[in-house]
Amino acid sequence: MRSTPSDYELIAPGKLQTVMSLLAEEPGKWLPIAGGTDVMVQYAAGKLPARKLVSIWNLPELRGIEISAEEIRIGAGCTYTELRDHNVIAREFPLLASAARWTGGIANQNRGTLGGNIVNASPAADSLPALLAYEAELILVSVRGERRAPYLGFHTGYKKMQLAPDELIRAISIRRSFSDYLHYARKVGARNAQAISKVCVAALGQQRHGVVEDVRIALGSVAPIPIRLPDLEREIKRKSVNAELLQLARRMASAAIQPIDDIRSTAKYRAAVAGNLIAEFLEQLGRPRPSGKTND
Amino acid sequence: MTNSSENHGKCELSLTVNGKLETVRVFPMERLLDVLRHELGLTGTKEGCGEGECGSCSVLMNGKLVNSCLIPALQAAGTNLTTIEGVADGPQLSALQAAFLECGGAQCGICTPGMILASCHLLDKKPEPTLDDIREALSGNLCRCTGYMQIFDAVAQAARRRTPA
Repeated sequence: MRSTPSDYELIAPGKLQTVMSLLAEEPGKWLPIAGGTDVMVQYAAGKLPARKLVSIWNLPELRGIEISAEEIRIGAGCTYTELRDHNVIAREFPLLASAARWTGGIANQNRGTLGGNIVNASPAADSLPALLAYEAELILVSVRGERRAPYLGFHTGYKKMQLAPDELIRAISIRRSFSDYLHYARKVGARNAQAISKVCVAALGQQRHGVVEDVRIALGSVAPIPIRLPDLEREIKRKSVNAELLQLARRMASAAIQPIDDIRSTAKYRAAVAGNLIAEFLEQLGRPRPSGKTND
Repeated sequence: MTNSSENHGKCELSLTVNGKLETVRVFPMERLLDVLRHELGLTGTKEGCGEGECGSCSVLMNGKLVNSCLIPALQAAGTNLTTIEGVADGPQLSALQAAFLECGGAQCGICTPGMILASCHLLDKKPEPTLDDIREALSGNLCRCTGYMQIFDAVAQAARRRTPA
């Protein structure tokens, strides 16, 4: 059932402080809306959880990408287009640049925001495995102050997250320490653009003296939330990549994920593809290669 | 932006559409698509899916391609919009529009306004696009008639005309 505009309130205070006060005064009553690429779809379907919306689109406090020697700090209101076009992200965080390029088409990339992608909490969100692999931190704000929390653990179940009703994501911070890693990103979907992933992989690895020194493997669309595979990562570390390891990786990956059958794919296909992609990543990692190169 | 927190009703907002300043009284959650079509009578912008998947309602907002079905009116306040009605120069078709006609890039016409605006957005950013650039730029615009090849040809032809070799 389509929504009727007169049933909804929308305001645009233009200041973060005012938005936070509203959220604090009436917790759970106001729904923040940024670029609208998810919220307006729910609105069109008559499925919005609130009647009062507050615009956070273009809030100056949520915008901008700041670079320091140690980290990159991405405003939660940055769009996919801004992520794609940023040269430090393209060079040092290609998993995030790829995910931004794969999300929606150009029009949605011009409006969809990284913070929105996190809060919308789709298990199939393409940017989230990248944030898991880079061990991003979230900077959360409310009238009570600011706190930092690792993104790993932020999503606790399907569409559930560690975000208080009065809080907003202000920025996403990532350490600049992956320049000599292999960055591996793959999305499997029905077409390149506008298709929601059947399986999405973001992985990072570093090989030294013939053994895997560090590895992080994250997957989307194979569980109620995007996941890392810590048991598999532990098992791979300090080992050489060989046929036996690949087999172990496939086995452990299929045990760790909980894919489902849905309109886009089947659990069986997703499990097979996830195993294949992880094996492909490890094969590339095991191959001698110039450092810091992405695969796509 | 206009703040309408006091009452639950309509708000007055101004926006520049195809170079002309317009003021409308609408509910803040009215879709920009409906404001264009119903308030301003600009029916060139089409509704396809109404959920940001098909690109039929594409317009340029401050020079950026957006789906007007996903934009609440209030967020369009103060912006500068180009719709398909603003692409031609009077009776003179733009190079893109002429190329769509010549190459058979328009059939039923529902996707065409969005295709043209997505192509304008591409050529503004990349005046000499590769075929891959064209495919990517139009990947959010669905066409069920042409099979896309004529559309890609049209964009390539317009680019060649705009940028003489």
